[in-house]
Amino acid sequence: MLTMIGKRLMFAIPSLIGVVIVTFLLTRALPGDPAAYFAGPAATKEAVEQIRKKLGFDKPLIEQFFRYTADLAHGDFGNSLTTGQPVAAEIRNRLPASAELTLLGLLVSIVIALPLGVLAATRPGSWIDHLCRVTTTAGVSLPVFFTGLVLVYIFYFRLGWSPAPLGRLDVFYSAPPTVTGFYLIDTLIARDLEAFRSALSQLILPSLTLAIFSLAPIARMTRASMLAVLASDFVRTARASGLSPGTVIVTYAFRNAMLPVITTLSMVFSFLLGANVLVEKVFAWPGIGSYAVEALISSDFAPVQGFVLTMAVMYVLLNLMIDILYGVIDPRMRLEG
Amino acid sequence: MKRRDFLKSVTGVAAGAFVPAPAIWSAAKADARSETLLIVSEGGPNNLDIHGVGTNVPGYEVSWNCYDRLISHEMKSGPGGVPYYDRDKFKGELAEDMNVGDMSVTFKLKKNAKFHDGTPVAAKDVKWSLDRAVSVGGFPTFQMSAGSLTKPEQFVVVDDNTVRVDFAKKDRLTIPDLAVIVPCVVNSELVKKNASEKDPWGLEYTKQQTAGSGAYKVTKWTAGTEVVMERNDEWVGGPLPKIKRVIWRMVPQAGNRRALLERGDADISYELPFKDFQEMKASGKLDVVSLPFSNGIQYIGMNVIKPPFDNPKVRQAMAHAIPYQKIMDAVLFGLANPMFGAATDRPTEVAWPQPTKYSTDMAKAKALLTEAGYADGFETTISFDLNFAGVNEPLCVLVQESLAQLGIKTTINKVPGANWRTELNKKEMPLYTNVFSGWLDYPEYFFYWCYHGNNSVFNTMSYKSPDMDKLIDSARVAAAAGDKATYDTDVKGFVDLAFADVPRIPLYQPFVNVAMQKNISGYQYWFHRRLDYRALVKA
Repeated sequence: MLTMIGKRLMFAIPSLIGVVIVTFLLTRALPGDPAAYFAGPAATKEAVEQIRKKLGFDKPLIEQFFRYTADLAHGDFGNSLTTGQPVAAEIRNRLPASAELTLLGLLVSIVIALPLGVLAATRPGSWIDHLCRVTTTAGVSLPVFFTGLVLVYIFYFRLGWSPAPLGRLDVFYSAPPTVTGFYLIDTLIARDLEAFRSALSQLILPSLTLAIFSLAPIARMTRASMLAVLASDFVRTARASGLSPGTVIVTYAFRNAMLPVITTLSMVFSFLLGANVLVEKVFAWPGIGSYAVEALISSDFAPVQGFVLTMAVMYVLLNLMIDILYGVIDPRMRLEG
Repeated sequence: MKRRDFLKSVTGVAAGAFVPAPAIWSAAKADARSETLLIVSEGGPNNLDIHGVGTNVPGYEVSWNCYDRLISHEMKSGPGGVPYYDRDKFKGELAEDMNVGDMSVTFKLKKNAKFHDGTPVAAKDVKWSLDRAVSVGGFPTFQMSAGSLTKPEQFVVVDDNTVRVDFAKKDRLTIPDLAVIVPCVVNSELVKKNASEKDPWGLEYTKQQTAGSGAYKVTKWTAGTEVVMERNDEWVGGPLPKIKRVIWRMVPQAGNRRALLERGDADISYELPFKDFQEMKASGKLDVVSLPFSNGIQYIGMNVIKPPFDNPKVRQAMAHAIPYQKIMDAVLFGLANPMFGAATDRPTEVAWPQPTKYSTDMAKAKALLTEAGYADGFETTISFDLNFAGVNEPLCVLVQESLAQLGIKTTINKVPGANWRTELNKKEMPLYTNVFSGWLDYPEYFFYWCYHGNNSVFNTMSYKSPDMDKLIDSARVAAAAGDKATYDTDVKGFVDLAFADVPRIPLYQPFVNVAMQKNISGYQYWFHRRLDYRALVKA
């Protein structure tokens, strides 16, 4: 097991180096001149040059690159110009916000999508199969920001059930002391139930938005893979042996149908983490996606590089986790690892 | 716990969270709400110090409220009875007395003024801060130079409580320039302690925290999310502000900002689409203040070096082909002052901005174009800044449609915000729309930056005319010398010339729009167009 993890991590190193080089070159190739942007509307040419010098953009590209990698080696991702903060600190602060939202969204999604997929597979062509098809198609075809805005409009603006879409906590609560960075957990550790309630109610609409969007791949994959398994010989044998339908579906079929679903889940998770930018925008969520996009718009190099690098590392770790999980679910996979 | 029970309890908690929570849980929180101002806006500061590298406009708002200047402006009644800063009247903020001499001005500091950390404000702090403003480079230094404040030697400590500013030359803008945001007074001892050899002015330190003597101090700042400011109860710059605490949240979605206002959760917001402001105004549930930008104009510029716009006839034809009224109605929903269509017999005024005599007249445009030898039109590109796409995009589409009637084929070029200034600096775009607005509200200031042949960044058209330069220079000299007759002739002269040559076509004077709850009062318009919390009151 350990050798496998070590091996996998070794393989990841070249791709990470590649990511560092490519993001560096890509950000430099972006149109736009950060010096002119940050010199402000009233800048003269000399002022722009002064700023360029201050930011180190007057140096040759190769020197900038070596400086950047040397800083990286010390764990320094550089400074963001738009927010004025060190990128590493920002990512550390913002990643939990995105992760909490994404995990909860994924959880809601799984809770709805798995039973829906299983039911649709056991009764193909029935009303529940159609329901599954319609919800997933609708969910995936509605743009996330639209779903988000509609939910805000109904539950906040019209009904007033949901709190103001102002980020992770009500304005008048202070954030709990950071332990995990997940407010739901940190507020409980701090035994601040009011804040927990506030954090949870702030999370409901955005995570629901994400869940609606990510229903489709999970439910469809569950359905397809269940159908394939249900048609296989060992299920027929189990049924012929007179096992109850529940045992057949849950113990025999579902476990075997899990592998492709897990793969899909990992893809959906990593995709959501990066792609929930729009949800973050709609709900003023201080997450990593909106941070990266804002940086991109203002040609702020350091956060973009930091974001891509963090995402790359997360992908590597996520893939590793999924591979380990495979082994747990299906012992046959372990032999090949 | 069994799985079923667990699930039950979890759904129970979730449902509980969904039930409308009583807005306030305790009496202390209710007090906090009534003394707290909640502002929502699209963007937040990237730096708390206006002297910093690349501080953005929201950063100016923090500086304005958390730092003091030597002097500030009095208020007067502006359009619609809204308090409007008085360009010509100054009052002391840190200074209790201002004594203007022939070639210098002397300030006596208020004796009881203290920085947030309790250190008294002394003359050496003022000198250090002004030295800093003229030395750090970039925008602050540029702004100081607009008032002929360029060298540290100009700022002299007379004694502990007295500072003298020597004039480099006679310039009417020197004193107004001391009342803008940039010449703020910084706690020099505190910042020096946190400065380093690489950063002698301590910019890294003041980026993250405020070190001033102003009415508010930043107690928490999460970049891109929120700024929390508390009142400084020891403030001596003016009457003690009514608002104890200001929470400024960044809400990127304009629709949500409007929802927050209409639900009564947020107190104040700006940067909303014009349509929203207009609808909110009509519904009457909120107070919406719309005031013109002082010394600001949205215009269409043309590159006068390259054909076809090097021909004044073509430029005049363009000025007749702009669908002015459509822009006012469909893009701005009437929230702007028209800068076109003045009556032909209207005399030119000694004022800026003022409307041109151009109005939409396609027949005249066609005739002028034929005269210039472009009877069949030509092809060109119109560019705009995507950061302000809400206004710029529909505006350019309307212009494109209108020009098509003259056979002019226009391609729209959308320039990302980060790239816009680079593009402007290159001065290669043939046709574009942009806004210019000057902090100092003087015609010659606007013309010096936008029309003078020294070709500053804002003379985006590369316009050069010896007559124009002579008039602008003469007006500056006349203003400094107080020669009103010459000044008036010069101003009328350069306005007339700018309208005859039309290197840029003025469209309208934009409005700054602010929406607030009915229980908020005391909004003041400032040249920087940001909020002044010190005057706001929440009933």
